Amino acid sequence: MAAQNASEYIAHHLTNLTVKVGEGGFWTVNMDTIAMSWVLGLVGLGVIWMVARGATAEVPGRLQSFIEMFFEFVDGTVRDVFPGSRAFLGPLALTIFTWVFMMNLMDLIPIDWVATISHGLGAPAWKAVPSTDLNTTFAMSFSVFFLIIFFSFKAKGAGGFLHELFTAPFGSNPLLWLPNLGLNIIELLAKPISLGMRLFGNMYAGELIFMLLGLLGTIASLSVGGLIAGGASIAFTWAWAVFHILIILLQAFIFMVLSVVYIAMAHEHH
Amino acid sequence: MNINATLLVQALSFAFLIWFSVKFIWPPLNRAIDERNKRIADGLAAAEKGKAALVEAERKGESAMKEAREKASGVLGESEKRGHQIVEEAKEAAKAEADRIIAGAREQIASELAKAKTELREQVAALAVAGAEKILQREVDAKAHAEMLAKLKAQL
Repeated sequence: MAAQNASEYIAHHLTNLTVKVGEGGFWTVNMDTIAMSWVLGLVGLGVIWMVARGATAEVPGRLQSFIEMFFEFVDGTVRDVFPGSRAFLGPLALTIFTWVFMMNLMDLIPIDWVATISHGLGAPAWKAVPSTDLNTTFAMSFSVFFLIIFFSFKAKGAGGFLHELFTAPFGSNPLLWLPNLGLNIIELLAKPISLGMRLFGNMYAGELIFMLLGLLGTIASLSVGGLIAGGASIAFTWAWAVFHILIILLQAFIFMVLSVVYIAMAHEHH
Repeated sequence: MNINATLLVQALSFAFLIWFSVKFIWPPLNRAIDERNKRIADGLAAAEKGKAALVEAERKGESAMKEAREKASGVLGESEKRGHQIVEEAKEAAKAEADRIIAGAREQIASELAKAKTELREQVAALAVAGAEKILQREVDAKAHAEMLAKLKAQL
């Protein structure tokens, strides 16, 4: 790796590979985020799909058993939260968990490997973890938000939902309509924002710590201090990676459960 | 880390993945697992039924055995009784036959005796007549003395 100073090192690892698709700052796409998330989504769901396609009620093989275990876990989690049909919420939860987990998993690939490979392939920058990109987490959380709105309408009807927006939680006095509405809007918006920010924040912070530990590695040398720095970098990176396995699973699980809970809540009448 | 058009692409990607799961992943897995659950439940129910049937069959077998044993002992008793009866009947028949034979023999003996007595009597009469003839040295006219002879015969 070329000699860099610390801020260049950090900045480099935080840069997306962007392509402009139109005028203005908004019309840019992060190619690395999109490519990684597609590959990861297709691989993760693809494996499950291949098993599902050949799944029979006969004695299952090891892979099928594992997939079924995962399926039962997701199904059970959704069932605990939502009593109705799981024909949509089930696969939604399955998709969220699989995709978020696969994307988070990329956090365990040493960041300098990613940089080396992408440089070798001629890309000026490459972020390997799509869930450290707010675009991904907000895309998912706002999709969940629209599902909340959709299921609110579906479960309560337009009149019921609007009535609830104006009359809950304080009461149906006309003077309270505006405060009710304001609070409900805040409550509704807080869900996708917190959902998206939580995943992004956790993964971004985790990635940042890997970077700082990697930065410690860049000052490793054959002097005493340099050896200590190199050893600490390796040891702490390893320790953080082990701890990060937990975070990866936990964040995927939290995103899944909260999405299901929010949508289940949309079915409830106040 | 700016919000940009990637958001829209990712939202579409997410929608696609959800659609894919809803359509191609969830139903077959769900079906397979449900079917296996059903099979297992059926299997357990069948096993339970089989167990109950076994108990029932054992019970039936036992009662059949008991009945057969009772019947057999009944038959045995009956046949013993019948055997006794046959033996008794045979004994009685044999005794009757023996009595009959004995009675026949007695009768025969009696008749033989009577016959012998008669013959003897006649012979004694003849002998007596012959003796008397010898004593008298003359012929006794049987016809003339028939009455006397008859009296003599009766006395013998």
